[in-house]
Amino acid sequence: MKVKQLSIFLENKSGRLAALSRALAEQNINIRALSLADTADFGILRLIVDDPEKGYAFLKKEGFAVRLTDVLAVRVPDRPGGLAEVLNAIHQRGLNVEYMYAFVEKAGDDALVIVRMDDPDNAIGILQEMGVGLLTGDEVYAL
Amino acid sequence: MVWNEIEKMDREQLNELQIARLQETVKWVWDKVPAYRQRMEGEGIRPEDIRSLDDLALLPMTTKDDLRDNYPFGLFAVGPEEIVRVHASSGTTGKPTVVGYTQEDIQNWAEVMARTLVCGGATKNDVVQIAYGYGLFTGGLGVHYGAERLGATVIPTSAGHTRRQIMLMQDLKTTVLACTPSYALYLAETMGELGISSQDLSLRLGFLGAEPWSDAMRKQIEAALGIDAIDIYGLSEIMGPGVASECLAKDGLHVFEDHFIAEVVDPATGKPVEDGAQGELVFTTINKKGLPMIRYRTRDITILNRQPCSCGRTHARIKKVLGRTDDMLIIRGVNIFPSQIEEALLAMGHIEPHYVLVVDRERGLDELEVWVELNREAFIDEVRRIEELERQIKRGIEETLGIGVQVRLVEPKTIARSEGKAKRIIDRREIK
Ligand SMILES: [Zn+2]
Repeated sequence: MKVKQLSIFLENKSGRLAALSRALAEQNINIRALSLADTADFGILRLIVDDPEKGYAFLKKEGFAVRLTDVLAVRVPDRPGGLAEVLNAIHQRGLNVEYMYAFVEKAGDDALVIVRMDDPDNAIGILQEMGVGLLTGDEVYAL
Repeated sequence: MVWNEIEKMDREQLNELQIARLQETVKWVWDKVPAYRQRMEGEGIRPEDIRSLDDLALLPMTTKDDLRDNYPFGLFAVGPEEIVRVHASSGTTGKPTVVGYTQEDIQNWAEVMARTLVCGGATKNDVVQIAYGYGLFTGGLGVHYGAERLGATVIPTSAGHTRRQIMLMQDLKTTVLACTPSYALYLAETMGELGISSQDLSLRLGFLGAEPWSDAMRKQIEAALGIDAIDIYGLSEIMGPGVASECLAKDGLHVFEDHFIAEVVDPATGKPVEDGAQGELVFTTINKKGLPMIRYRTRDITILNRQPCSCGRTHARIKKVLGRTDDMLIIRGVNIFPSQIEEALLAMGHIEPHYVLVVDRERGLDELEVWVELNREAFIDEVRRIEELERQIKRGIEETLGIGVQVRLVEPKTIARSEGKAKRIIDRREIK
């Protein structure tokens, strides 16, 4: 149930993000979701793409500091309070969310959030037990 | 192994030889070079005042500016008909400095360069790839003549064309590489990208010089290329490569003292310092006819060591050059050499020694910012881990330098790689 996310180290200077998106587009790699965590000096760009292995190999070849990170794609009921319910459940079971961000597309009637947990394997079991919907990597890449 | 038994000459005999050759040289420049004679007369010194090696300190010093002021041939002691070769250093500001050699000088240069190669463990059976620049720079041709004198096989690739260098190293089974240390590192990095390891090469020795480099960088180069990396020293004003070389003990560079007398002086006052104290290296040539140099200030910072060496050579050693007086940054009154920062980065293990120092002055205070490339392997998708890495680098550098710095991690491969001497400093201070 794990989803492969591309994590890329970027300096905080203008044009880097644009250059990277353009490079991926030229390789026909489609960005499905993204989030940028930044500090004064640098940022970490997190991307869900349709072909993470290809994206990883390409960015590595281009000299980027890039890593594949395991994240989870969590279904969230698309109504007020939907996200709160899921987060509450996660919190009650003592799971720690490092970061999360929303997915643009919906999965059927549900919204989708990408969540990075400390221990994704353990989290998968607990979330499934709790009835929280998860998507597989292939389902996510194909959205 | 020594190339010439003179390298093991009894110390007293060597001193006698030095004083005799020094007297000859001083007489030579007095007779042949008006600029030297005028300065000696200005100081009230005549050649016969030089009776012992200590009297060397009576002679006026020579600087790069003197060469520039007498551009191009004003300090030459022979006419153009006697000169068989000239080299020139790149003049970043204004005119270059031009140096010249007689037939005999070229032969002596090949001699000291052959000694250098043997000093570092090379033999006539080696295949020497020379990736120093050929041309006006003395590196390429200097090593070339020495390697031929030794009888080794020479591959004169010159600098650059890195992939072709690697291909030739593989195909021609190069055993000895001669280039700048930063280029050796760049070669190793390019090999990594091409999936070529040191196992695929026959390299065993590197003769690296022309820029200051640290022992930590040596370890890295040795591991990456599978070689013993030997530090060699030279400068065109004195001769070119071949002025001094490490032996396999790698504990200082033997100065070929039957050709060059080394002194170490306080860079501020020009007064000689005690043996074992740090200062600016000063050379006097005592066996050179075309362009003899009296007390030439190299601007290189080192320590002189006259203790006997385990290799059996009696010639004095200079410590691996610690930096240059003109690379030396003075930040809030503290002397800083880029090599110290390199050392600090390499000591941390997982940091690449690719860095730039940016000096700025804010509200009258000098600020030093160090840009360091993030090692791709060290990248982890957690902001706080990267911030922790920045802090760790900052602490490491601050401990080494003793002053506060700012550290900024930059993307891999964004700091320019040099194929010659590395540019490490951006000084944005406006000194008014
Ligand atoms: Zn020795």
